Amino acid sequence: MSLRRSQPLLAVTLVATLALSSAALAQDEGVERDYQIPLPEAPEGEVTFTPPHERDLPDNQYGDMVRKGRDLFVDTQSLRGEYVFNDQNCANCHLDAGRLANSAPMWASFGVYPAYRGKNDKVNTLAERIQGCFTYSMNGTPPPTGSEPLVAMQTYLHWMSTGAPINESLPGRGYPALEEAEQAPDRARGAEVYAAQCAVCHGDQGQGQKVGERQVFPPLWGDGAYNWGAGMHRVNTAANFIKANMPLGKPYSLSDQQAWDVAAFINSHERPQDPRRRTLDTLEETDATFHSHHGFYGDEIDGRRLGDHADFGENPRPLDG
Amino acid sequence: MTIIRIASGVGLLLGLASVQASAQAQALEGDAERGQQAAGVCVACHQADGMGMDNPGGESWPRLAGLPAAYIEKQLHDFKAGRRQNATMMPFASMLDDQQIADVSAYYAEMAPWPTLPTAYRAADPEDAAEWLANRGDWAEDSMIPACNQCHGPNGQGVGDNFPPLAGQHTGYLAAQLEAWRDGSRHNDPNQLMVGVAERLDEAQIAMIADYYATLPATLAERDAPSSEEDAQ
Repeated sequence: MSLRRSQPLLAVTLVATLALSSAALAQDEGVERDYQIPLPEAPEGEVTFTPPHERDLPDNQYGDMVRKGRDLFVDTQSLRGEYVFNDQNCANCHLDAGRLANSAPMWASFGVYPAYRGKNDKVNTLAERIQGCFTYSMNGTPPPTGSEPLVAMQTYLHWMSTGAPINESLPGRGYPALEEAEQAPDRARGAEVYAAQCAVCHGDQGQGQKVGERQVFPPLWGDGAYNWGAGMHRVNTAANFIKANMPLGKPYSLSDQQAWDVAAFINSHERPQDPRRRTLDTLEETDATFHSHHGFYGDEIDGRRLGDHADFGENPRPLDG
Repeated sequence: MTIIRIASGVGLLLGLASVQASAQAQALEGDAERGQQAAGVCVACHQADGMGMDNPGGESWPRLAGLPAAYIEKQLHDFKAGRRQNATMMPFASMLDDQQIADVSAYYAEMAPWPTLPTAYRAADPEDAAEWLANRGDWAEDSMIPACNQCHGPNGQGVGDNFPPLAGQHTGYLAAQLEAWRDGSRHNDPNQLMVGVAERLDEAQIAMIADYYATLPATLAERDAPSSEEDAQ
């Protein structure tokens, strides 16, 4: 057999093997895929996807739009007062400018959308998902669909996802889910972890640190932090993020219990009101409608009920707005 | 349930208050004038102007002028206690009592301000490896090195008392510290934040980043100079 002929044969064999393995996969997953069901959490196993490097970006309009999106992702504060009303940047919770595996990387999110989300009970496009980040994590106002900031961020994510599979849960996606805590997450134990491990950067009042006007370490509660509607206010989300990413440069150094406890401590502090509170009459209603998850919204802590206020931080839209 | 939560909250407050109180008790008020007298022995290496000296091939002496007083103070205590091992500094630090340490620290902190550099965001050049490491880090799976500026602030000009300025410090000193963290002779960083990072830096990265920060104030001045000349015209 000549080399020339063996190559197509090899290709055929490869295709057949791939087809077989994906058929087997489909069988394992069950009879028929329900596309409304959210994708499963990141599968175990090695991270296989690597996003492209910025040095390979072209010098044309596409490349410029990617760079613009990258800038907004890292320095989201450039939209302060327009679309952003707290002290956060996207890259605070999506490390390495949204590229790092197990830090909710953008290359693993891009192909997930459009997707049905229980959070707002509808199919969300990627643009809507990003807009959600502005509403909650940035305590802001979503940039309009088709506006340059949104197009730039979508282009940045699109470029970063070059070659990534579509509509698949990739290893490294999201924050790795911790097992249930052995002991119920405890604020007092969390305070000790916070004082020992977190305060050196985030401050003993969770206020973060600045140099001049530039926020270096983000605030974790108070007006500068994510609001009561952001995913990060959930104790499990924060615990997962912290375990895999904090303290910065020391991933996986805290025990699971420490991550749970410190997440409970951080997220049992006051922060800007949940924007959805504007659509409902009471805290109770907001709590019952949107907060049947692991969080402290509506709970009484140290004699005060969290979220029992009309403080939207710097966001100028009032409660009845 | 509520009562338990409130009780634990009160305990929490008391705990934090006592931590703060003990921290205050430790801190002695430094006096720069007294510090000048006690600093007589420091001048030989750190120079009269506190600027230190880069000694290629030998031990470089760090710039002290403008470092945060609390940072200098901690280092002197750590030299004394052996948490930071350095044959040159150990005997000198051991000569100082707690009050003298506070005084010397105040003296150098007030001597001259550390250079203030731009704080505005500026995208790192992906072709410039040192600028990239400083601004974006090296997040390869076996590196996991955050950007230096994520803790040391924009253009590495330092953040608070715990993250000292890097820009304008001497090349030899910066490289030696990274080496010291790697070999364990320096382990006095808060939460061992620097130890882990230093251990994952390779030799080439250490040389590159030490040089980058040592020359950064000059680089930035040069970069911004032509446009200001144009403005003048």
